[in-house]
Amino acid sequence: MFRVVFAELRKLRRPTLVLGTLGAALFFSALITSFLFLLIDDPGGNGDRGRRIGREVLTLASGSVTGFASVGGLLGLIALCVFAAQTAQEYTYGTLRNLLVRQSGRLRILGGKLIANTIFAIFMVLFSAIISIGLSVALAPGAKVPTDLWFTSDGWSSIIHTVINVFIAVVGFGVIGMALGILLRSPISSISVGVLWILIIENLLGAVKESALRWLPGSQLNTIAEGGSETISYTHAMQVGGAYVIGISIIAAVLFSRRDVAN
Amino acid sequence: MSNLAISVRDLSKKYGERMAVSHINFDVPLGTVCGFVGPNGSGKTTTMRMLLGLISHTGGNGEVLDASIDEPEKYLSRVGAMIEGPAFYPALTGAENLRVLATLGGFPQERVQTLLNQVGLGDRAKSKYKTYSLGMKQRLGIAAALLPNPKLLMLDEPTNGLDPEGIQEVRALLRQLADNGTTVFVSSHLLSELEIISDYLVMLRKGEVVFAGKIEELLLAQQHVIITKGQNQADLEKLVSIATGLGHTATIRNNEVHVQASADFAATLNRAAFDAGITLAQLSPQVPNLEETFFEMTGDK
Repeated sequence: MFRVVFAELRKLRRPTLVLGTLGAALFFSALITSFLFLLIDDPGGNGDRGRRIGREVLTLASGSVTGFASVGGLLGLIALCVFAAQTAQEYTYGTLRNLLVRQSGRLRILGGKLIANTIFAIFMVLFSAIISIGLSVALAPGAKVPTDLWFTSDGWSSIIHTVINVFIAVVGFGVIGMALGILLRSPISSISVGVLWILIIENLLGAVKESALRWLPGSQLNTIAEGGSETISYTHAMQVGGAYVIGISIIAAVLFSRRDVAN
Repeated sequence: MSNLAISVRDLSKKYGERMAVSHINFDVPLGTVCGFVGPNGSGKTTTMRMLLGLISHTGGNGEVLDASIDEPEKYLSRVGAMIEGPAFYPALTGAENLRVLATLGGFPQERVQTLLNQVGLGDRAKSKYKTYSLGMKQRLGIAAALLPNPKLLMLDEPTNGLDPEGIQEVRALLRQLADNGTTVFVSSHLLSELEIISDYLVMLRKGEVVFAGKIEELLLAQQHVIITKGQNQADLEKLVSIATGLGHTATIRNNEVHVQASADFAATLNRAAFDAGITLAQLSPQVPNLEETFFEMTGDK
């Protein structure tokens, strides 16, 4: 298993992938966090879907990671794309047969890939957290948001909890991406289907019937990243989101271990 | 421990209603070069995939290096393979691609540069795979197959895209590997190349084995031909009746008479033609080569 992890990390550390992923994480982290503070008095809202997040919320001990928690869903989409591409490319390049000749344990290959991609995701989440929290600290005085409580023991606890929640959500999105990569065997198809579902279809379903969001996978993972929401509790999101992730993982693992490698 | 690198018994693969490989049987002795030939779609790659555990078999069984093909983990660390052309990550360099496989297989990283030098890619090791020519990709594929210092090497069309010099180099490399004890199981459309380097041959047609054994046995079993013609066009018919009169089958093809007979008959035919007043312009006994034999046995002209 370790050999698979190290082999996968060799592929993941190529500069274009690392810089591209961190660039996207930087962009989303900076954008969402900046909006949060720069648009604090804007009547159109400064949060997700026009939500207003006032000074009274940002002043709390969790204020430093309010922006970062909102970035979680977008980091999840990046992870979905990376995990899906890294898995599906083995089929399109035909490299899966090389991997299986060198390591015939298919579940070991899959497990190693997941661990390596998860390590990659950890770096992305930590990088995003540093950017978002750093930017929050820099923008808070201009937005007249006191930061006295941000780095108290409660503040650090919030930071750690939020980083863990975002990380769980990101890995959840990544696993879905990986499963789509195995099911569809094409990076473009798996990324398209994943992004289309998360960004468009779930939102459309939510607009038609808001209660549907309580049962859709993307919505649960977003809620986990935010540590719970007004309409979906953290526990519910963990249970439903976890069920989706475990279910799709089992289907993908069975398919990966049994399907003929004929290309 | 047997002296067989590959042993296949009644091995079959069925896709839906179509039998891609049907009850094939053959053995490949250790330390030999075994050619694996057949027309496109005859089941060569499917067979190789089954031997490597990439696809399941639907019937029969097989052994590779004394382990069942149902347990590929028992022998794959001693097998090198390149199936259906080279396949690597375009954004990685040649050396990085090999390092990924070396890490995965637990092979020493030092072997990467040694092998790149061996296949003539030492100076392009740091170039990205996507910049390689077809021949260079093929060489990298061979280097990857050699990573485990294999006891058995399975190569599918290893000379595709190589120039004549490259083909010669691959031929020499395979022979050298066999001489050092590696069993080489190689499929190729270049039958003349296989004829030179192979000791054994497995020939497939429509998913079935039409020949498996020593290559010389195959060639010796083929009908020898003497090709002859006289100085004049009118002599062709006479030569046919002379050969037929002496008990051999003869036909006219491309203004030549093809007589089915061994080389010994050439002197008798020459004398008979002289007695009949025919001056021969050509008299050449032909030993059938692998290509002709292949076409004859597979009916794939």
